[in-house]
Amino acid sequence: MTTLLDNILGGLALGAVYALVALGFVVIFKASGVLNFAHGSLLLLGGYLTAVLHDDLGFAGALALAVLVTAALAGALDRFLLQRGGQDAHSAHVQTIVTIGIDIVLLTDLSRRIGGDLLSLGDPWGDAVTELGPVTVADSRLAAIVVSAVVIGAVFALFRFTSWGLSLRAAAEDLEAAALMGVRLGRVRAGAWCLAGALAALAAVFLAAFPAPGLERTTGQIALNAFPAAILGGLASPAGALAGSLIIGLTEAFVVGYQSELHVLGEGFGDVAPYAVMLMVLLVRPTGLFGAKGAARV
Amino acid sequence: MSDRLPAALTRRRASLPLLAVALCLPPFYLDAFWLRIGLFSMAAAIGAVGLALLSGTAGQLSLGHAFFLAVGAYGYAWLAGEPGPGLPPALAALLAVLLAGAAGGLFSPVAARVKGVYLGIATLALVFLGHHVLLTADSVTGGFNGRSVPPLTLGGFAFARSDPEPTVLGVPFGAEERLWYLGLALFAFTWFTARGLLRSRPGRALAALRDSETAASVMGVDVARHRSAAFVVSSMYAGLAGVLLALAFRRVVPDYFSLALSVDYLAMIVIGGLGSVAGATAGAVFVTALPLLMTRYADQLPLVTAPGSAEGAVGPTEAARYLYGAAIVLVLLYAPDGLHGLARRARDRVRRRRSRAPAPDAVVPPPSQPTAARTKEHTP
Repeated sequence: MTTLLDNILGGLALGAVYALVALGFVVIFKASGVLNFAHGSLLLLGGYLTAVLHDDLGFAGALALAVLVTAALAGALDRFLLQRGGQDAHSAHVQTIVTIGIDIVLLTDLSRRIGGDLLSLGDPWGDAVTELGPVTVADSRLAAIVVSAVVIGAVFALFRFTSWGLSLRAAAEDLEAAALMGVRLGRVRAGAWCLAGALAALAAVFLAAFPAPGLERTTGQIALNAFPAAILGGLASPAGALAGSLIIGLTEAFVVGYQSELHVLGEGFGDVAPYAVMLMVLLVRPTGLFGAKGAARV
Repeated sequence: MSDRLPAALTRRRASLPLLAVALCLPPFYLDAFWLRIGLFSMAAAIGAVGLALLSGTAGQLSLGHAFFLAVGAYGYAWLAGEPGPGLPPALAALLAVLLAGAAGGLFSPVAARVKGVYLGIATLALVFLGHHVLLTADSVTGGFNGRSVPPLTLGGFAFARSDPEPTVLGVPFGAEERLWYLGLALFAFTWFTARGLLRSRPGRALAALRDSETAASVMGVDVARHRSAAFVVSSMYAGLAGVLLALAFRRVVPDYFSLALSVDYLAMIVIGGLGSVAGATAGAVFVTALPLLMTRYADQLPLVTAPGSAEGAVGPTEAARYLYGAAIVLVLLYAPDGLHGLARRARDRVRRRRSRAPAPDAVVPPPSQPTAARTKEHTP
């Protein structure tokens, strides 16, 4: 019973962090039709900046600066590189591959700087734990759940109640009509990229916090697991990203938690379980759980 | 105009044997280092051509190429080696290619229905799941340490080092020299089959499918069947490349067939120019040779240090990665049709200048289609 509760809490915490990353994918995809392969390295950049700056600025200051810088970089990448390619569906594909190039450059530079080190982010939770009835939970996990819930709520409110959110939804619906209605597509896009960058930098903190050993150069790859989460829910649906992230987080936690019963699947199956789940979902629903099957117009 | 075309064709036909002879010469003049670069480039080119068929022509983004390379490489190593059935190596190589095709076929329920970026991520799953299987299925794959690859023999002739080394025209023929010709033959096979395929009926159907799925299906193209067929053919080319890579490496390890390898292949076809066989080849040579050359000449390059020297310095591998990451970004933003498109535009310009200078009354060929202007796509 305690293992079950343990796994559920662990899965929720993991899912909450994935949700931050997956929401970034979805926001970018909605605004620009681009799947951002550079997201992992943006996340790593956020984590790296926090790790380097926290001695001088304290954790909160470092995190704030890291979030700002990562958001600015993501926005700038979109504004000055990707938007040169145009806005239609074909160029979105090309731009998706451009993000792979950006990822290679960013990741190479960051892994060169980090090397084989394990960087501490100086987060306030350390390795403290809290007793919740029968189970013991790391404070960092609780913080991940709470912070993610608050931030994701705020992002949804942003979609729903601000004019930027309205513009974003209009642009996702029909680029041309939105442009004709006076939506400044370039700004909406760049704003979406900034938001996604900020979310990624925030997620880095929880991916590197206890029980993980710290920030290493492969932390960005862990964020790749948010790909299945975003795809699972349907790339254009924020609610789907949330659901997908929780499914992926819980799957991973359960597979790792019950590893001894699942040894047929081999050691370390937890790392690849999200992909197995995603493949099964895609077989049944090729556009994800919440993805709309777009009607083709001729 | 009418008399130009046959002239160009004859020129091309005449240059083909010359090129073939030129490609046969290197083993007599270059040392093993250069031959290995050539060998890896040829293997990469075969795989890249397969990916170009899928991504460039059929318009399907695939990040699963490393998986099919692994199926080819491991398939050969297992079928021809011990432990394993120990089949004759030539038969094992053929079966390994078919095995890769079968793996692509098994994936076709997904490949036929899922499209665009969704397929990209779905194939990403193949790489991770495949890597996991390679690590855990010890008895077949040898686990983390991989397994050694038996040399290919064809009718008593081994594509490996033998003692004593035979000499041809005074040049000792070791493994690299022999494999060079094998790679060349396989590459020529790939080049002609792929070009033929692109110009055939299914090839045109795939191009139509990429440009507009709705229009193609209205014209009678079976969307699902063509998509999965493209996937199978592309996997078979990948399998062939995997066999050649395995022979060149003489050992296969799981960590080689990672996501980074898939991304490398995507980079090759993008840098070369999507959808062209020649472009994929050029991209493959660029991406494969760049890190090897930079490692070799690290001490002579500015800003680059020898591997493993100072902490935090830019090593040759990193420098190569910076370069080709930047190359992807720059090529796609400023020359969306890649090296292939750049070469074509340069050729057009030369031709136009030539035709303008001597004969003022000659018809000036129409300016080449501006490639930047794309037709607007209506289907999402």
